[in-house]
Amino acid sequence: MQKSNFKNLLIKNFQWQNFLPQFLLLFFFFLLIFYFTTNAQVNLQARNITSGFDFLGTNSGFDVQFSLIPYDGSYSFGRAYLVGLLNTLLVSFFGIIFASILGFIIGISRLSENLLLSKLSHFYVELFRNLPLILQIFFWYFVVLRNLPTTEKSLILLDFLIINVQGFYFPKFIFTNFQFIIYGIIFAILTIFLLKYYSNKMFYNSGKYLPVFKLSLIFLILFPLVFSVLGNVGLTFEQAKLIQNFGIFNYVGGVKLVPEFLALLFALSLYTSTFIAENVRAGILSISKGQKEAAKSLGFNNSLSLKLIVIPQALRVIIPPTTNQYLNLVKNSSLAAGIGYPDLTSVFAGTSLSQTGKAIEIIFIVMMTYLSISLFISLILNWYNKKIAFISK
Amino acid sequence: MKNSMFKFFGSIALFAFLLSGTVAKAGTKEDVTKKGSVSCGVSQGVPGFSNADASGKWTGIDVDMCRAVAAAVLGDANKVKYQPLSAKDRFEVLKSGQIDMLSRNTTWTLSRDAGLGLEFVGTNFYDGQGFIVRKAAKVNTAKKLNNVKVCVETGTTTELNLRDYFKANKLKYEAVSFTKADEAVAAYDAGRCDVYTTDKSGLAAQRTKMKNPGEHTVLPETISKEPLGPVVRGNDQNWRDIAAWSLYVMIEAEELGVNSKNIDSMKSTDNPNIKRLLGLEGDTGKSLGLSNTWAYNIIKQVGNYGEVYERNVGAKTPLGLARKGSPNQLWSKGGILYAPPVR
Amino acid sequence: MKIKNLIIWSRTNLFSNWYNSLISLFCIYLIIITIPPFIDWAFVSATFEGKLKTDCKTSGACWVFVKVWFEKFMYGFYPVENIWRINLSFLILIISISLSFFVKDKFKIYILFFLIFVFPIIAFVLFHESFGMQIVERREWGGLALTFILAIFGIIFSFPLGVLLALGRRSELPIIKYFSICFIEFWRGIPLITVLFAAAVMFPLLLPADSYVDKTLRIAVGIAIFESAYIAEVIRGGLQSLPKGQYDAARSLGMGYWKMNFFIVLPQAIKTVIPGIANTFIALLKDTPLIVLVGMAEILGMINLAKANPYWLGMAVEGYVFAAAIFWVASYFLSSYSQRLEKKYSTEKK
Repeated sequence: MQKSNFKNLLIKNFQWQNFLPQFLLLFFFFLLIFYFTTNAQVNLQARNITSGFDFLGTNSGFDVQFSLIPYDGSYSFGRAYLVGLLNTLLVSFFGIIFASILGFIIGISRLSENLLLSKLSHFYVELFRNLPLILQIFFWYFVVLRNLPTTEKSLILLDFLIINVQGFYFPKFIFTNFQFIIYGIIFAILTIFLLKYYSNKMFYNSGKYLPVFKLSLIFLILFPLVFSVLGNVGLTFEQAKLIQNFGIFNYVGGVKLVPEFLALLFALSLYTSTFIAENVRAGILSISKGQKEAAKSLGFNNSLSLKLIVIPQALRVIIPPTTNQYLNLVKNSSLAAGIGYPDLTSVFAGTSLSQTGKAIEIIFIVMMTYLSISLFISLILNWYNKKIAFISK
Repeated sequence: MKNSMFKFFGSIALFAFLLSGTVAKAGTKEDVTKKGSVSCGVSQGVPGFSNADASGKWTGIDVDMCRAVAAAVLGDANKVKYQPLSAKDRFEVLKSGQIDMLSRNTTWTLSRDAGLGLEFVGTNFYDGQGFIVRKAAKVNTAKKLNNVKVCVETGTTTELNLRDYFKANKLKYEAVSFTKADEAVAAYDAGRCDVYTTDKSGLAAQRTKMKNPGEHTVLPETISKEPLGPVVRGNDQNWRDIAAWSLYVMIEAEELGVNSKNIDSMKSTDNPNIKRLLGLEGDTGKSLGLSNTWAYNIIKQVGNYGEVYERNVGAKTPLGLARKGSPNQLWSKGGILYAPPVR
Repeated sequence: MKIKNLIIWSRTNLFSNWYNSLISLFCIYLIIITIPPFIDWAFVSATFEGKLKTDCKTSGACWVFVKVWFEKFMYGFYPVENIWRINLSFLILIISISLSFFVKDKFKIYILFFLIFVFPIIAFVLFHESFGMQIVERREWGGLALTFILAIFGIIFSFPLGVLLALGRRSELPIIKYFSICFIEFWRGIPLITVLFAAAVMFPLLLPADSYVDKTLRIAVGIAIFESAYIAEVIRGGLQSLPKGQYDAARSLGMGYWKMNFFIVLPQAIKTVIPGIANTFIALLKDTPLIVLVGMAEILGMINLAKANPYWLGMAVEGYVFAAAIFWVASYFLSSYSQRLEKKYSTEKK
């Protein structure tokens, strides 16, 4: 009797059923880690590779084609990491902008009453969505950009954009007294906040409505302009110049965008824009017709109903999956390794890894970086979701 | 309980699955004999050194080096499996055991020999780094190359030599780097850069692959020493000896006047050196663990050094690299090819 | 009469006001500058016959390039006389999948079992070695066949792991739950290419010094683990959508955790998310060509190799258009099929 009581007590209190699986999971997990670590130590020693992160301070010994900050082979690996990271962020940033703009336009076009337009945008979406991204990148790089004319025969558009096989050249904007423009922008933002507050107050008190959006736009353009005139801000353009060295032609100066960057940007933007277009379409379709009809019956005109009724609700449906697409775009930017654009993966997990052999440290750093970016974007999404949820209830 | 049991057996199964692809490592010669073929790491397509045609047949000096080793060990020069590798992972693949030998126009340097746990077995081509430009550039010396864009393959000594040369001559350049030689060449050909640099043999080889080979010219300067040769793992002395002496017998055969065509008639010679080479006297094969006809097989099936050179990179090939005046000539004829005696 | 109808229709739909007309003209312009030139290049002026590059004398596409290299594109360097083995395994796969539509529901589970457990073994034996047939090293697998092999094996092996992870995430046991969450979020937060690099370069360091697992296998395992995180999220959606009543009913019948999941919960949940699983598979199929970046000779790698061949310089466009056509057809049909599946299952519920 006593024995079975004790056994029952033991089982009840320790709940073996719950305890054992978790314990076993932890046990095997740590066993696996231990197994990998010991093997790694043996293997690294056999290949004369030391562990540790101090390689980040040594000279890298390799150049990259494109970098936002000064860099060449005499800089450290840590600097190379920074170069890669900045390049990833650069192409992701512009990719997100272009993909969003394109995506919204195409998404709305798909719902147009014009049959030609809606069919054409449908075709666009089906075409670029079903092709692998890496294939699109290869196509832009090897077929389109590789066949551009050579330097001496460059295409010059509107005296502004120079296009040849070595890249796209823009004039560099050189500002003097640039800080005044910054002051103007700050002033405009402050005024916009004041405007919003005042227009809300006016709306509650009298029901009259100020065109806040239009006014804000005007402020954002007007005030920096005024400030730049007052502050004597100067702007010169430095366009790339063609230099001839014996029989060799080169454009020097200006802002140069290499074909690797452009191919990646074009492909990423086109590919991601198809998914965003579908999200936009789904979002707008999800607003039941009743909403638009109710707005009309209340006397809202088309643009007001769009702004106050349709878009806010549609945005709630559009933004979460679109943020997911932004995340995918950042992750897909790693495909740069295929055409040699020096992004984080290509510079660090590619070239640096083969130079130093420190596979574990480097892969670890790269994965942590991407995870941090993912986490950051997810946090923004969660914050947005909470904000929206509060409004709706 | 069942949850954990599932996970436990699942992980065992996963390990078993993973281990199904494992291979134990013994001596390389024993492995090769058991496998029945030599696994040879080659380039991804350098005409004259290692290049595959549309039907998958490989030719080149480096290819013939592998064939010589196969002839020595397995008696059949065709028992080779080729694995194309980029400059990036060539050493890693050799170290991990996926290939038995790396024959990929690789430069012999101190850091590679001493720092990677690998062994360079000899030099089958003495080369140097140079530049190729378009004739339309109207440049006839590398010293005039200022403010140019140079296409180069990353992860090679080429990149480092390039930086050193331009720095020493106070010239400015912009490196356009690629992971594969093919991509660098294609970029140069398309006009992406003004200059392409690699070993001069590579320049000659890649020029044959360009759209208009006649439009390009190799500048006269040689800016570095590039002794190219096969590489093996450092922990296998016997295999290293086999590879090294396979190369030496080809050089020795040329010095003795023996080639693949006259080798059978040479069997009746009185020259004791030739007799030892053919295995009619002495037992050179024994210390290497090979049969006595190992050298005979090499010369009969692959040829002597001169034959290998002439049919792959010689004056009559598209590469057109003349032996005269280059270091790749027998020491008795003004070059530096000198094989230790085969005895 | 028809022309009159067309004019009336376009008046109302395309040219109803100046704004609409502008858009329509722009669309017509776009169509004119892209479609006819493409059709001309790809079909009308193209060369289909011949064996050498010199046979392509027209300005159109040189499909001779594709014809000559076709086997390499499809199968990589796999020995030509053994290609029937690959074809046979794919045939078995297609037959078993098509069968699953014509048989009653209760046989479907057997087919699923066959696909997940038996088929991989058959396929592997066929590809690699069997009954005195020549051994083909995994290294020699290539071309489109390799892409499909890795994608299919990826999905098949990621499925069990994904189910476990989805269940684990919903578990009440804290360690299992957090372990699943961390695992899933980790693999979803990193790009596939870092996984491929890790599998190709880092993983050999983690194995015992004397062993060697070849690259194809490592990459297949990497892809499977990567996909399992995505599958887990899809299945989790299905699990969440299941009414709680099902769980309660199963429990009240005295079913344990595993019985309940295996017989009641999972079948319904998975049925609900079949479109999601199909989408994940399509995404995987589009992501698998990434293995070209770690040196695997799948179709894009073979095209890159072929276009660098000095004999066939300048054929990049034909090669990529060919690959694009294949992927587009596969992807489009798979996705429209999954949409039909979605409709079929949603009506079935009613």
